[in-house]
Amino acid sequence: MISYTGLRLHGPGEAFALPGHRVILGTDRPLRLDSGAELRAFPLAYQAYGRLNAGRTNAVLVCHALTGDHFVAEPHPLTGKPGWWSDMVGAGRTIDTDRYFVICVNVLGGCMGSAGPSEVNPETGEIWGLSFPVVTIADMVRAQAMLLDHLGIERLFAVIGGSMGGMQVLEWASLYPKRLFAAVPIATAAHHSAQNIAFHEVGRQAVMADPDWQQGEYWRHGRKPVAGLAVARMAAHITYLSETKLHEKFGRKLQDRENIKYGFDADFQVESYLRHQGQSFVERFDANSYLFITRAMDYFDIAARHGGVLANAFRETTVRFCVLSFTSDWLYPTIESRRIVHALNAVAANVSYAEIVSNSGHDAFLLDEPDFRRVLAGFLNGAAQHCGLAPTSSAA
Amino acid sequence: MEQSSAIRVDLQLIADMIDPGARVLDVGCGDGALLDYLVQFKQVDGRGIELSSDGVNACVSAGLSVIQGDADTDLFDYPDQAFDYVVLSQTLQAMRAPKMMLQQLLRIGNRAIVSMPNFAHWRLRWQLLTRGRMPSSGVLPHAWYDSPNIHLCSIRDFVVVCKDLGARIERGLFLDQTGTPRRLGSGLVLANLLGEQAVFLLCRDESAHRPSRVIG
Repeated sequence: MISYTGLRLHGPGEAFALPGHRVILGTDRPLRLDSGAELRAFPLAYQAYGRLNAGRTNAVLVCHALTGDHFVAEPHPLTGKPGWWSDMVGAGRTIDTDRYFVICVNVLGGCMGSAGPSEVNPETGEIWGLSFPVVTIADMVRAQAMLLDHLGIERLFAVIGGSMGGMQVLEWASLYPKRLFAAVPIATAAHHSAQNIAFHEVGRQAVMADPDWQQGEYWRHGRKPVAGLAVARMAAHITYLSETKLHEKFGRKLQDRENIKYGFDADFQVESYLRHQGQSFVERFDANSYLFITRAMDYFDIAARHGGVLANAFRETTVRFCVLSFTSDWLYPTIESRRIVHALNAVAANVSYAEIVSNSGHDAFLLDEPDFRRVLAGFLNGAAQHCGLAPTSSAA
Repeated sequence: MEQSSAIRVDLQLIADMIDPGARVLDVGCGDGALLDYLVQFKQVDGRGIELSSDGVNACVSAGLSVIQGDADTDLFDYPDQAFDYVVLSQTLQAMRAPKMMLQQLLRIGNRAIVSMPNFAHWRLRWQLLTRGRMPSSGVLPHAWYDSPNIHLCSIRDFVVVCKDLGARIERGLFLDQTGTPRRLGSGLVLANLLGEQAVFLLCRDESAHRPSRVIG
């Protein structure tokens, strides 16, 4: 068993104390969700880096993945670990904050300050819990668009994201093609496959099977379904790696022992690693948020809205696309990215596509993959030139 | 990327056939030399397809719009007349289905520009005749066992397949072994003998029922 003693679990309302920006949107006009529900006066937490230029033309929206957040380029306020793309976003880096104004928004349904199940429902004064409306990827994007309206940014230079972030990028291109110049969906797909949904269901069932989950009302009793959430994370984490990477990293090596113990301790290093992944995850993530966000991904299917023809989602698009995938990603395999590329070709869109050779699996987009960064930097630089964004001394 | 305007002579001939500002798809664009030239000096809206990830990475890193893909299968996605020009330079001979490829080029482009090595060049004929071994040259440098070229043809073969496809050759040039471009005359004998490679500008022959000039 994993021990959770000594864990610091952040509670409802603590998000207010987090660094970064937090705005209340939807006070004049509510956000109408795909489910039909409406969100009024809801918070969105975001972080911004760099400076918006005078023409407001250099904004880059970075979209985070399932368990990411808006602390993209700075230490995580709860864990103290570096931001998830801190070596990617910054002055002189691939996404150069000397040149671009970078915004990252905690998604709707998240647990780091944006409206989600762990926030308080302003109408009842109670924590939302499972009564929070089910949101979709498109809803997340609509909320982001409202934030841009609030910030006075009419058009983004680029929207960039990997995995679920890539789904948001595709939704941006489909819902608001006139509001962005370039789109970079990375290691993603235009719909969530049956296999993807299956893995998510395993994770959700693990959370809900935890007696501490208490039908999602765990905050009432001061205990959280940490064991279930950790199992969900462990299962998901396997899907983020490749067999090659797992083998390279762990093989069948034993953990702090010479021989197997004929028991259920973590004999193998890989077990110990997964337990650590699960344990550290529950420190920073809310179980109900995990349910809501995985559900949003499962519902994701852009072609379905367009008569089953993905190309129709991008008809007449003027967006400059750069689709990127990784050879060893089996969660969102390159065939899914090719589908997106083929759909874009079918409407003669301006698209670049590179399949990056890597053995790091799905997680490659978070890791230091030189080819990936070179290609992305080159694409952004080329797009910026076409867009008329002057290079800075460090980006030249 | 270098600002130099020097590109391979056959690429220069292709570039000279393209109107400024046109929509261009370069099929098998390699490291993007032609595309880069066209974007920089002819302000085209340029796209490319390339099979090798090294080529694609180089192109996209240079800011060119290029997709990693297989021309044998990926051209079917594009709508009719999506481009003003579709370029296939030194790639036709490596295609699984060259005739179908030409059909696709003529479908998605208003014009197709094809450059190809000529397997009937006198030196190649001579090598096969005297040495009895698969010939090679500067344009066809590979040994028979590691060549990507699976459908080599002659200039005459190409002219015949164009006729079969109802494609009109608007312009035809061949390069002799000194790299000097010469116009394809009405007689093919000399071109077929002396051309190391050839460049053709093709369009769909909308008046295929009329006897058309094959060589322009």
